[in-house]
Amino acid sequence: MTFSQPITEDDLHGFVDHLLDTARRSEVQIYLNAHPEIAARIAAFGRQREAVRTAAAPIADEPIPPQLNLRHVMEARRRPRAWSWRAIAASVLLLVVGGAGGWSLRDMAIEHSETGGVAALAQEAAYTFDVYGVDRSHPVEFGAKDKAQLINWIASRIGRTVSVPDLTASGYAFMGGRLVATPHGAAGLLMYSNALGQRLAMLVRPMAIDKDTRMSEHSYGDIHGFAWASKGTGISVVGPASADLLHPIADEVRRQEGETI
Amino acid sequence: MADMAQLIEPVIPSLRRYARTFVRDAGAADDLVQDTLERAVSRWHQRRSDGDTRTWLFTILHNLAVNHLRRAARRGRELPLDDAGESDVAVPSAQEDALRYDDILAAVGQLPEDQRGVLLLVSLEDVSYADAARILDIPIGTVMSRLARARARLLKLVEEHGKPVSDRPYLRRVQ
Repeated sequence: MTFSQPITEDDLHGFVDHLLDTARRSEVQIYLNAHPEIAARIAAFGRQREAVRTAAAPIADEPIPPQLNLRHVMEARRRPRAWSWRAIAASVLLLVVGGAGGWSLRDMAIEHSETGGVAALAQEAAYTFDVYGVDRSHPVEFGAKDKAQLINWIASRIGRTVSVPDLTASGYAFMGGRLVATPHGAAGLLMYSNALGQRLAMLVRPMAIDKDTRMSEHSYGDIHGFAWASKGTGISVVGPASADLLHPIADEVRRQEGETI
Repeated sequence: MADMAQLIEPVIPSLRRYARTFVRDAGAADDLVQDTLERAVSRWHQRRSDGDTRTWLFTILHNLAVNHLRRAARRGRELPLDDAGESDVAVPSAQEDALRYDDILAAVGQLPEDQRGVLLLVSLEDVSYADAARILDIPIGTVMSRLARARARLLKLVEEHGKPVSDRPYLRRVQ
């Protein structure tokens, strides 16, 4: 018996998975009839396939639990935006009282920065960015292609795993990073740039205080940042982009890091 | 938006089934599906307009699931209590049918991760070989060789008397 094409292992699997067209299927059938040992193996694969399908079928029949209800997922996504309006209202209020209270707030921030909290982290991120963010020759020590090495290095020095957030959706590509010194120990710096060559960076380090702190906005000169801490890991996203542009990116970083921390 | 729901919702049962058979932990599996849905909703406009929604969703889920398993492996292997079926505790007698439902999924769980993904996508979720290659980001030839190895290995695991997990004692039943 000759076939239109020689029978391949791929054909045999295609036979098991019902993916062959009728003509090819009958050719494989003829081949199997002539080769009982192979036919036995293929039949066993077929039974195995059915067994897996039967065993797993009930999972797809279960009612969808509330957290996987797409309506709820879509609704939950809309909520943070509503929240940010409240934040804007609050910041307007702060501006109004700012005349009188500004200095005491500033003192508080300085006090905080001395004790290593999120305000300090934000400041460290801004200083670090000020140095490396504008560097054209050696902005990073490990480039994007050495990501695994970079992550190991940072993780071994700061004592926690770090993942590199994917910010391509926001137009920023990962450039690489390095380990940097802060008054509160080693920190990891991850750098990104967009198509226009504009950069932003993320600084990450362990937190001795302010271990779980909500995201807050910071500015140091032209550099804006959003800093927060979760489960003892502090992160600050900084860059020269406007706070409006930076905020959704910081939210995205927080979301992605939330999965790994 | 209605369009998005119409395309995503029908896939959710398959996503759950794949996640649960791939990671073998119902709670973690549903968390992964939830993450997948959240990403899909927030990145809906970034998906390739010519791409298939189902393939896209499976790609997101598979990547999340692989990351989840890597992290779990780093923390040390855990077997969730409610997932430890009877077959994990009691060794079925030789007379018993080796192809009990739980056993076959436990045997699938014993396959190396890369083989398991291919086998489940193709055998269970009816994903074409070309789409499996896209989801797993590997050449189609690799899909075929992994599928062949997965099937041969699974036969062996089940032949070893449907006790694929019995050679490794679990000391987790504490209640």
